[in-house]
Amino acid sequence: MKNILEVQDLTISFHTFAGEVQAIRGVNFELKKGETLAIVGESGSGKSVTTKSIMRLLPKSNSEIKAGSQILFEGKNLAELSDKEMEKIRGKEISMIFQDPMTSLNPTMKIGKQIAEPLIKHQKVSKQQAKERALELLKLVGLPQPEKRINQYPHQFSGGQRQRIVIAVALACNPKILIADEPTTALDVTIQAQILDLMKNLQKKIDTSIIFITHDLGVVANVADRVAVMYGGKIIEVGTVDEIFYNPQHPYTWGLISSMPSLDTMDENLYAIPGTPPDLLNPPKGDAFAVRNEYAMNIDLLEEPPMFKVSDTHYAATWLLHPDAPKVDPPVAVKRRQNKFPEMNSVKGGK
Amino acid sequence: MVNHPEKRFPKEMFEPAQIDQSLIEKIEKPSLSFWQDAWLRVRKNKAAIVSLVLLILLIFMALVGPFLSGYDGEVQRAEHSNLPPRIAALENISWLPFDGTLTSRNGDTLTPYEDKRIEEYYWFGTDGLGRDLFTRLWEGVQISLLIAFLATALDMIVGVSYGAISGYFGGRVDSAMQRVIEILNGIPNLVIVILLILVLEPGILSITLALAITGWTTMARVVRGQVLKMKNQEFALASKTLGATDLRIIFRHLLPNMVGVIIINTMFTIPNAIFFEAFLSFIGLGLQPPDASLGTLIEEGFKVMLLYPYQLLFPSIVISLLMITFNLLADGLRDAFDPKMRD
Amino acid sequence: MWKYLLKRVILMLITLFLIASLTFFLMKLIPGSPFSAASKLSESQLAIMNAKYGLDQPIPIQYANYMINILKGDLGISFQFNNTDVTQLIMNRVGPSATLGLQAMIFGTIFGIFLGVIAALRQNTWLDYGSTLVAVLGKSIPSFVFAAMLQYYIAVKLGLLPVAFWRGWEYSILPTIALSIFPISIAARFMRTEMVEVMGSDYITLARAKGASSFEVAFKHALRNALIPVITVLGPLAVSLMTGSLVVERVFAIPGLGEQFVKSIQVSDYPVIMGTTLLFAALFIFIILVVDILYSIIDPRIRLSGGKN
Repeated sequence: MKNILEVQDLTISFHTFAGEVQAIRGVNFELKKGETLAIVGESGSGKSVTTKSIMRLLPKSNSEIKAGSQILFEGKNLAELSDKEMEKIRGKEISMIFQDPMTSLNPTMKIGKQIAEPLIKHQKVSKQQAKERALELLKLVGLPQPEKRINQYPHQFSGGQRQRIVIAVALACNPKILIADEPTTALDVTIQAQILDLMKNLQKKIDTSIIFITHDLGVVANVADRVAVMYGGKIIEVGTVDEIFYNPQHPYTWGLISSMPSLDTMDENLYAIPGTPPDLLNPPKGDAFAVRNEYAMNIDLLEEPPMFKVSDTHYAATWLLHPDAPKVDPPVAVKRRQNKFPEMNSVKGGK
Repeated sequence: MVNHPEKRFPKEMFEPAQIDQSLIEKIEKPSLSFWQDAWLRVRKNKAAIVSLVLLILLIFMALVGPFLSGYDGEVQRAEHSNLPPRIAALENISWLPFDGTLTSRNGDTLTPYEDKRIEEYYWFGTDGLGRDLFTRLWEGVQISLLIAFLATALDMIVGVSYGAISGYFGGRVDSAMQRVIEILNGIPNLVIVILLILVLEPGILSITLALAITGWTTMARVVRGQVLKMKNQEFALASKTLGATDLRIIFRHLLPNMVGVIIINTMFTIPNAIFFEAFLSFIGLGLQPPDASLGTLIEEGFKVMLLYPYQLLFPSIVISLLMITFNLLADGLRDAFDPKMRD
Repeated sequence: MWKYLLKRVILMLITLFLIASLTFFLMKLIPGSPFSAASKLSESQLAIMNAKYGLDQPIPIQYANYMINILKGDLGISFQFNNTDVTQLIMNRVGPSATLGLQAMIFGTIFGIFLGVIAALRQNTWLDYGSTLVAVLGKSIPSFVFAAMLQYYIAVKLGLLPVAFWRGWEYSILPTIALSIFPISIAARFMRTEMVEVMGSDYITLARAKGASSFEVAFKHALRNALIPVITVLGPLAVSLMTGSLVVERVFAIPGLGEQFVKSIQVSDYPVIMGTTLLFAALFIFIILVVDILYSIIDPRIRLSGGKN
């Protein structure tokens, strides 16, 4: 399948009073046409920064996309576009859904106008046409009584409804890429499921590629085709959903999977990854996860691991995959899953 | 996708690493007390630090200044009236106002020192009664600061107690106390102050009192808000279950936690009080002669502004400096203490 | 909404009643008769004067008369200008004060908001620092010092504008500037804070993510949201203008309410003091009410819920 977006060697720093925070340290990934890529990681791992940089939404005053970073979209390097050129891409080619629907709509603007805004801006349609399209979109995202509600203000809607509106705004111009930054985190569990279903259905209808950011592996299993795991400003493992869930290779991914509650782990204590995320003001030498890693080897403290290939679609950055590395026993929860992997693989790949 | 160069490493590199467990849970930042933390933050704010230094200087001058020139601020010498400022070391620098000359309205340069054969140097000149303005200025600053500090202290005592009681006891006590504040806030401060001073006769005490009476409601409101927020937090409840009295909880547990807001509020009250004192003097409700405050000096200076501008200049500069430094310092403290700014 | 409004109006009337009573009794507390201090009147002359102004009657009756007269719009008779109605005196003086106040309010808030928006949009540039400097100076330098400075340097030294009095529009320029420096600084600071906060909010990021240009983001999305809270400082600002007008009118010898008020204080003309005080208080309460109503009209979040507390 064709790649619609390729990110190469993305490096981003924030300049703070304390010094330079190296938030993103050489990230590579690609997004294929029509697929959903989930980026998973704990807070501060750089997943939001990565996607904000694709949209060029990072604050100019203190952030810097380092030279050599490439964000290739339809032959253009987004990292180098001017503000004016970027405005033509935002909302039209690439659009975004944010985490908190309670704060992501303008409180003093009617929602109809907020949905119509990108249409008028990018497609040069008349106000009337834009309004009709807004109505269509509201129906599409399943908001009841759109004719009446189009003239209401955000505070008159519930959180779930507002997220539907935000999705309608994002989809207004049929974008080629939709970035969803933890779109369900701030919602009640029942509403979360509804929004996820909505997004899955919409993707089928309009054929966009989605980058889905989350820290919730349960959500990932639900929506994604492929998963990239981020830690300390890098992607440390990437693969299809099945590969990440049933054959994870990086000890950090093991940790994530073991700490995910599931029905068959009811009687065990949930696993927690010890320690705190690395300080990106002074990134550690070697593998950033080493100090929290019970499988750490001497080399982890000295050399940064490269991406080792596991399969054509599956790569992981851990020295454990080096031919000289000793064989280690992953945690029980991971082992249980790994045992299921071969049979699954024989059936089919993907979700 | 970038892939691995099959580089060889020595065998021992792949042995399990010894990781210092303390590193995992290492706390990155040293722990600081409330005051250390606040001081570190204030120190970063250059404007606040410069203001603090200037302010200390001004307060020092208010205490020492009246004794420096050697002239008494209340001694009147008619033959030395309305002399312009003259300072020995600076009198030959023409762009400074210290050369002992005056410019009359039609542009002539007057030299009253030479004309009257006066040997003395009056650093900031003299007023219409021949009193040394340098001494009077610092005496005035003293009085203005005294009024401001007194009024602010009263403000703080009344406001904090009122707010704490209102917030802590809540319910009917609170709503009654809040109605009182609401009505007081409905009356313009200016009106209350003017009426009170008319009744009490202008003087240090009456001005202080008038300022305090109108000023405490802001503090009361802030403190009440804080108490409402904190009184149901665990540390207060814990102390209650251990049998602490209400007063003890308020004064030992709640108030120490709001030192920050109280200080910020106080710091904004002081310049306000300085302004109001000067304002009252300017409309004729200030101190009565021969007492001097910054306000009365400005008012006297304004009356002769066209002939002797220096008489207005110096008190104006000093009051502006006082106001600016207090405001900048208060801004700096607010930024330093504001919990929202804490990362 | 209506219920809220009614409640506010009733509270306003109660406050006014309290202020009127307070003014009356405080004036009665002042020792001696207004005629005893300055004049060389004999006992009998004093008695005649007191009778003329109704000061010989028992206090409760004086109080009742005073309150009834206020309701009729009669604020008594001035001591300093013999036999002149206080109401009439005040009416004669309202013009210049109102002109000055309105000019300063409009110029001050608009210019202040402009400064604040610029500072917020160009954070940490010299524009930002410059506007912060203006704000700090405006908040710190007392209005009468600033007024005197303007008068001395611009009118007297440079001769660019009239020094004093009230004889045409150009006479109002310096006083307006002197009076508006405080609103400018407050509006600029407040606006900057609000604008910075709004510019950092999620819905602004979303607006940018929609492809809106930085101009559209700032003026279509951010400005309105940042302006709403600024309405809350308009009330206090208007009130500060009343304080300012007292001194600025004195500096520029403008025949307004403030100048008359200051003179009345100096000669203890109590009816004028009381009348002006009442007028100021009523204006103050009225402005606060208007601002509250304005706020609930403009902010859609509180429009339907009927006022916010």
